Amino acid sequence: MKVLVAVKRVIDYNVKVRVKPDNTGVDLANVKMAMNPFCEIAVEEAVRLKEKGVASEIVVVSIGPKAAQEQIRTALALGADRGIHIETDEEVQSLEAAKLLKAVVEKEEPKLVILGKQSIDSDNNQTGQMLAALTGMGQGTFASEVVVDGEKVNVTREVDGGLMTVALNLPAVVTTDLRLNEPRYASLPNIMKAKKKPLDAMSPADLGVEIAPRLSTLKVEAPAARQAGIKVADVAELVDKLKNEAKVI
Amino acid sequence: MAILVIAELDTQLKADTAKAVNAAKQLGGDVHLLVAGHQVEAAAQAAAVLDGVSQVLVADDARFEHGLAENLADLVVSLGRDYTHILAAASAQGKDLLPRAAALLDVSMLSDVVSVESDDTFVRPIYAGNALATVQSLDAIKVMTIRTAAFDAVGEQAPAAIVAASGGDDVGLSQFVGLERIESERPELGAARVVVSGGRGLGSGENFALIEALADTLGGAVGASRAAVDAGYVPNDYQVGQTGKIVAPELYVAVGISGAIQHLAGMKDSKVIVAINKDPEAPIFQVADYGLEADLFEVLPKLTEQLA
Repeated sequence: MKVLVAVKRVIDYNVKVRVKPDNTGVDLANVKMAMNPFCEIAVEEAVRLKEKGVASEIVVVSIGPKAAQEQIRTALALGADRGIHIETDEEVQSLEAAKLLKAVVEKEEPKLVILGKQSIDSDNNQTGQMLAALTGMGQGTFASEVVVDGEKVNVTREVDGGLMTVALNLPAVVTTDLRLNEPRYASLPNIMKAKKKPLDAMSPADLGVEIAPRLSTLKVEAPAARQAGIKVADVAELVDKLKNEAKVI
Repeated sequence: MAILVIAELDTQLKADTAKAVNAAKQLGGDVHLLVAGHQVEAAAQAAAVLDGVSQVLVADDARFEHGLAENLADLVVSLGRDYTHILAAASAQGKDLLPRAAALLDVSMLSDVVSVESDDTFVRPIYAGNALATVQSLDAIKVMTIRTAAFDAVGEQAPAAIVAASGGDDVGLSQFVGLERIESERPELGAARVVVSGGRGLGSGENFALIEALADTLGGAVGASRAAVDAGYVPNDYQVGQTGKIVAPELYVAVGISGAIQHLAGMKDSKVIVAINKDPEAPIFQVADYGLEADLFEVLPKLTEQLA
């Protein structure tokens, strides 16, 4: 079966972000960018499904500026077969991303769509669910285990208070949680081979999707800094401070 | 202007619902609470006494048992067109359900709202809480999840009217297979007044007993960093951070936790933060009100003893 994986180019998760002085956003100039960590897990899961003989072809799709092709090439080096780049320099919010992905789903007709559960920039946690809604598919969000069984997929989900397993009719949408797998690294030969794999570029207009944002960001501010604390010498002082100064115990 | 809040149920009404109702109250308007599930009479009664709720809609049907998003979203969409705002707590269930409902209504959505500025403008954290965005929604129906750590629970009132509701179909896309619940007698992590968290510094799952002893002495919940969860010391629903639970207790004690950005995202709004770590350079000390630079194996038993 064909598996579609969506990946997003985001700021590297180790970078300490800075809010721009004019409060229009976060400063992304000259900042290291990478594939969103949850998307890496999504690619890895697709590759494992292929290695098990469950998936026959892995198509990876990304929406964003020209530079997002780097992340598609990374996914190709990890084992995806071909890429689709929906090129735009505009801001694409979750609903519009879901509509673009829906158009790709209609063209490609995958049996399984895998996304990360959230991107670490917008922290929305919406696109997978929205794509499932728009395509009329079932959704297995926050997956920590994915088992394809005939015309169904069993997804174990990380929920508050434990793990819930659901069975979804295929085709279905799955979003990955951290513990689904540990992504592999791309080897140099595979990075070289990935350069020769096919990568189609298209625009939102080619897919007939309007991407005007409906959430308007008025300002972006740095959160209030915590007041610097103190170091205590020993347990007795700590207990004293908590009891008499902070009065929390 | 009417606001629909989706109640969250376990076997009973979950405490987070009272916090989402608080956010709804701040919008100013009639607040209706939707209680959807199977055999949910007790939850409906508990929902009716939440302060500010003017009506409880009860959708009692086997297809809503287990809270599967596919059927619930269909219900929310069938009811939701009469409302200007649809809210739920930003819990695993709220995050699963609301984006699906929003897309079916063809509206965008706001996740993890921490402040209500007006009926169309809200504040939400982005980049793991390292920036706060003020966002205006241009949609007719505002759909949003509420970060419960940022709102107090509402009190009680005389019971509001309870009316039966139905709508949507059994869409048949998913089936519940099983739930493996992690049992705990301690307070729920999200609602606890005190949270004691352990990290990789604990070294093993057995050593988490030291964390548990301190938590029990303080009547608190036990949390963990991702490193401790990945190492298998504790189950994953203990995890505090960008990808786990967001907590804001009165007292947060971080033991053997370095303080990576992703962990800080989940606890830096705590009122008082205590860090116990033997590495003086650990970033956790930069946010801690009280830092104790020491070997946790030496000081934890002493601390527990002195607080007992």
